[in-house]
Amino acid sequence: MSDTRTAPETVPAAPPPPGLGRRVGAGFLRMREASILAVAIILVVYFWANTADFLETSNLVTVSHYTAPIAILAVGEVFLLISGEIDLSVGWMYTFAPFVMYFAVENGGFPPILGIIAALLVSALVGFINGTVTVRLGVPAFVTTLGMLFALEGITLITSGSFPKEIPASAAGGLQTVLGHQDWSEIIWAGVVVAVFYLVLTRMRWGLYTFAVGGNLLGATESGIKVARVKIGNFMICSTLGGFTGILEAFRIDSIDPAAGGETVMFYAVAAAVIGGTALAGGVGTVLGAFLGAVVLGILQDGFNLLGVSANTYYLILGIAVLVAMIANVYLARLRRTGRI
Amino acid sequence: MTDDAATTEATTEERPGPSEVLRVEHIGMRFGGLTALRDVNLHLDQGEVLGLIGDNGAGKSTLMKILCGFQQPTSGRITLYGDEVHLRSVEHARSLGIDIVYQDLALVNQLSVYHNMFLNREVVRWPFLSNRTMRKRAREALDSIGVQIDSVDTEVAKLSGGQRQAIAVARSVFSDTRVLLLDEPLAAMGAKEGRLILDLVEDLKARGNVSMIIIAHNYGQVMGVCDRVNLLQNGAITFDRRTEDTSLEELTDLVVSEYRRRINGRDDTNSG
Repeated sequence: MSDTRTAPETVPAAPPPPGLGRRVGAGFLRMREASILAVAIILVVYFWANTADFLETSNLVTVSHYTAPIAILAVGEVFLLISGEIDLSVGWMYTFAPFVMYFAVENGGFPPILGIIAALLVSALVGFINGTVTVRLGVPAFVTTLGMLFALEGITLITSGSFPKEIPASAAGGLQTVLGHQDWSEIIWAGVVVAVFYLVLTRMRWGLYTFAVGGNLLGATESGIKVARVKIGNFMICSTLGGFTGILEAFRIDSIDPAAGGETVMFYAVAAAVIGGTALAGGVGTVLGAFLGAVVLGILQDGFNLLGVSANTYYLILGIAVLVAMIANVYLARLRRTGRI
Repeated sequence: MTDDAATTEATTEERPGPSEVLRVEHIGMRFGGLTALRDVNLHLDQGEVLGLIGDNGAGKSTLMKILCGFQQPTSGRITLYGDEVHLRSVEHARSLGIDIVYQDLALVNQLSVYHNMFLNREVVRWPFLSNRTMRKRAREALDSIGVQIDSVDTEVAKLSGGQRQAIAVARSVFSDTRVLLLDEPLAAMGAKEGRLILDLVEDLKARGNVSMIIIAHNYGQVMGVCDRVNLLQNGAITFDRRTEDTSLEELTDLVVSEYRRRINGRDDTNSG
């Protein structure tokens, strides 16, 4: 029965079987994360060969401190970028969330754990506002979250008086150790976040719907998917992860600093997502790629420090890396679409 | 499953026939000041293929969106197997066995064939998707209707127009769809690809458990598979005839005269 009719244009006919080398190469290219993994490995080898102590434990801790916050923020941005949106305000959510915790504990008399939960709820609320304004009122996410960026910056500076605060005494100790202060704590949290959201994106309904709303909004709507709910949910995920990262960082550096976070860390997160293969146009992206993108940024930052290269060079390299990654993504996407790899 | 519907079908009857699947009575739809549907009456029998034709703006797509639960009519009633139903949502309609293949197919290019076929009707073993089950069922569904696709893991972006349409149809068929709505299934499709789809429709029809409504602009192409044709004009069904009792010329005359009447403000029915 199945051979009574043939699809007029079948999927591009199988080319003659290529050699093993080419097959492995093509398989490698087909994995979206592969190229960025290769870059990360090359960088490790390069810095290991050219600096005395790149692979020393103390230095790896430093790399992890560069990597972890970018990685967690990038996971949130990946979900938003895949669903066709972006959050520019997440860097200031990162800055503001520890202050929410501080005020809840010091002024509100909350136990520290409830203070943290309050900060995360406020973060989720900010994401809800971002999402609702974007989806229901039709304001482009770029504009909505740009407005939110400045609003959060203002609120942070007003409420903090532009001065850092100490970690509340009741939060010091065990809680602070687990939530960022211990050397490896932050990267472990990053690993947990990456693992959980990797599963959400690739193995669960929410991930499938995230791809669907970003890939074909009308089609997703017609299929009966609650597209507004998916998009707003992703704004909330991104913002909440931003607040969580800010709290981890505040515990790590042992200070709640209005100068921490901000736009820079947000742009690093978007850069990590893009370097890792996530397209700004929606419908495409991976959590693992974003994590590897964050690792590459962390290695670069640390490695240049060790080499004594100025931060200015780092920005130049970062800029080139983002452009090269984007061009490669566009090119690879075209190859995939035409079935050449 | 009686065949009496075939002999008495020239006009819309009031009494639901024993084999009647779907009946639409006095459906109206207004968007603010705009009336998209005035008073639509139609019915669909078991295993029947109904062609719904009409010019642009006649309300065909609006009617389809009501029948698939995407929009709720402002007036009128719908009965399914004799019971009145209020189609609250796409999922609700689907749970009752009514499904639609949209003109734009509602496929997501970036997702695999099987994820598209199961979009919003995923098989889940909490908390994860049962990808293996979905892959297997998608494969079976495509094989059973004779659609050839190398791998259900293929991204939909890589498929041809005919294959995409076939997947969109297949995804309705393998869930227990009893009423299938096809919105312009041949739009923007080459002759060969169109044939693939018409073969698919005939296949389904031969099985007899799915009844279909096909919207077609280019009704010449679909007349061959339709048992009956309804013409929608100005938000109401104005013509209901078995396919063998009408002709392409007659239908064209009806559509064109209506068009002339609209632009000239006079009746030109007999001038063609």
